[in-house]
Amino acid sequence: MAIVSRGFHGRRQESGAQLPPGQYLVKDFPVLSAGPTPRIPTAEWEFTITTEMGQDHRWSWEEMLDLPHETPTVDIHCVTKWSKLGTNWQGVSLDTLLSEVDTTAGYALAYSYGGYSTNLPLQDLLDGQAWVVYRYEGGDIPPEHGGPARLLVPHLYFWKSAKWLRGIRLLERNEPGFWETAGYHDYGDPWREQRYQGD
Amino acid sequence: MAGTAVPRGLTSRPLVWRVARLAAERWETPTARTLTFDVPNWPGHLPGQHVDVRLTAPDGYSTQRSYSLARPDRVELTVERLDDGEVSPYLVDILAVGDEIELRGPVGGWFVWRPTGRRPVLLLAGGSGIVPLMAMIRARREESSGTPFRLLYSVRSPADVYYKDELGHPEPGLDVTCLFTRETPEGWPRPPGRLTASDLSRRAGLADSDPDCFVCGPTGFVEAAANLLVAHGQDPQRIKTERFGPTGG
Repeated sequence: MAIVSRGFHGRRQESGAQLPPGQYLVKDFPVLSAGPTPRIPTAEWEFTITTEMGQDHRWSWEEMLDLPHETPTVDIHCVTKWSKLGTNWQGVSLDTLLSEVDTTAGYALAYSYGGYSTNLPLQDLLDGQAWVVYRYEGGDIPPEHGGPARLLVPHLYFWKSAKWLRGIRLLERNEPGFWETAGYHDYGDPWREQRYQGD
Repeated sequence: MAGTAVPRGLTSRPLVWRVARLAAERWETPTARTLTFDVPNWPGHLPGQHVDVRLTAPDGYSTQRSYSLARPDRVELTVERLDDGEVSPYLVDILAVGDEIELRGPVGGWFVWRPTGRRPVLLLAGGSGIVPLMAMIRARREESSGTPFRLLYSVRSPADVYYKDELGHPEPGLDVTCLFTRETPEGWPRPPGRLTASDLSRRAGLADSDPDCFVCGPTGFVEAAANLLVAHGQDPQRIKTERFGPTGG
């Protein structure tokens, strides 16, 4: 049972928008990262999916751009409590990328240029729930927001949408990533407020 | 950031909401107040970690924000009032000694300095980003650590400096440089301006110490400072950052 803070009245959402518990709405786009922003020229960029059998599937920047793309408009929820509604992205669905990949893995570990990583159940990357995006609001994705390409998994807290995406390893066993090892929740569903271990 | 050797910051024990009673307060600047809380059964924390604060209105509406802990031995926050903020004006102007809020933590196992660390440390603070770095400076003092520390503190004007007396008090092995961005004291040798490569060359001791770097402040400051460090040849793996968004309040 929450205690009432004397003299606090708060500011209700004017928009009436439904937000996950503990989140508040922002209009700008805050940045959360744990280190310097890596700069990856698209000429050197490469994206790799590695199966549990060790088989690599690789796409260059040009190859990624040649794949059929989608333009998801999604709400995003950061574990640091801000939510941003109606963000517009362009990229390739993980369904498309995984369609040629032969796997029975249950888990995925997304990893980034610069050393970041984050884990998800593989099923959370499928069925129109996840994309490798390379455009934001009609332009290139700025480096501090994860460009040239990042993962977009909007139904989970935004740390699962790895910036500076380099690849995804498909795994038979769950393997915690960067923040998950540092005390954050393994799954990270904002609607169940799964911020930290034990939530 | 390192892809390996991530420190375990938290145990798997759930982070429960705790009642925190304001025990003491003091103003750091006209817009920032330090709040010291009594929190029964607080599990302790490392310098650099933060807490989540939850405020609840009489009708049950509640909202949460994160604030860095300002010292290693107490649950103490320094909060800057953001004029369009929802939580910070309450914490800075309304909360009185004896009042209760809720908080949980400590949170964050990455942006921490462990007093057992022996590598020299470089702290780069932008504005209110000084708060978690001050917790590291205080932990160093408390542990009588001989680890050399340097602080470069980018701040608008002398009136905006937090912890002025404490930082102005000479301490062996701690080198403090204020970099004023808008307004300097009279006769100050450095003209007002943002952190530059030349500030780093002259004041950061990068050439002779190869330090662990902690950078905290608003996003623009952190991006610029971390980029300068990388351009200066610092290993990105040894630069830890924490960003305070303008929407933190």
